[in-house]
Amino acid sequence: MQSETKSRVDQLTSPAGHPVTVLRFEGDIASTSKEAVLGTYHSLPKETAKLVLLDFSKVDYINSSGIALVIQMLIEASNSDQKVYAFGLSPHFTKVFTMVGITKYAGLFPSQTEALAAL
Amino acid sequence: MSQIKSTSVEVRLPSRLGYEKVAMSTAAAVAKLMGFREDRVEDLKTAVAEACINAIEHGNRMNEGLSVGVVLSAGKDALEVKVIDDGKGMKGPQPKPDIDRKIHGEEDPRGMGMFLIQALVDEAEWVAAANGKSSYVRLVIRLDKVAE
Repeated sequence: MQSETKSRVDQLTSPAGHPVTVLRFEGDIASTSKEAVLGTYHSLPKETAKLVLLDFSKVDYINSSGIALVIQMLIEASNSDQKVYAFGLSPHFTKVFTMVGITKYAGLFPSQTEALAAL
Repeated sequence: MSQIKSTSVEVRLPSRLGYEKVAMSTAAAVAKLMGFREDRVEDLKTAVAEACINAIEHGNRMNEGLSVGVVLSAGKDALEVKVIDDGKGMKGPQPKPDIDRKIHGEEDPRGMGMFLIQALVDEAEWVAAANGKSSYVRLVIRLDKVAE
């Protein structure tokens, strides 16, 4: 019933010349998304992937279990000296992420272009 | 809710995660028919989904032999949603999650469903049935809610 979460990793460079690892998600982010969210994050080399950008532009549904997976990622990123940012959230989920405090630990941007310009 | 005349829609869900999206879509359809703004429909969708997830996980403890009832009552100026399960009821309301405590491992990263419900609708109450079964959460979202 829940749409499978797909994820893929892209390596980009910001206009300032910094390497940025982009995790792109597609489908629902829910309790069934652990492998797609945390598994994909765990596959990143922590020594080099210091700027991590989450792409939610193809995600329609995020529930509290999915938010908990994002927070778990932020906990691990905090312990690994990584910075996490996100873009592509709908206005509603931008509000929800702000309400639960995620924006304190992950900067949100409307688009990939705006995110990269800030990194 | 000033007037709840019986424009009522009922949905019965299996206690299986993912099926909360059926209630979510139904609630959204009713809210759109009532003329709710898009941002309020999105608030309602998340609140209903979280209420159903709680009912499936905590109320019915993922027992697929039990179902979750969702009753939508469309009044003149508000939509009331009851999500009914066979559990003993949940304690509400919950404090706002503390992201700093979560990041530092002092608080479970999960456990935000009830907070989101409270934050996204105009009224939320958790009612434990006297017989210890058929508890429900009652949500109300008002049509004239001014955008924040």
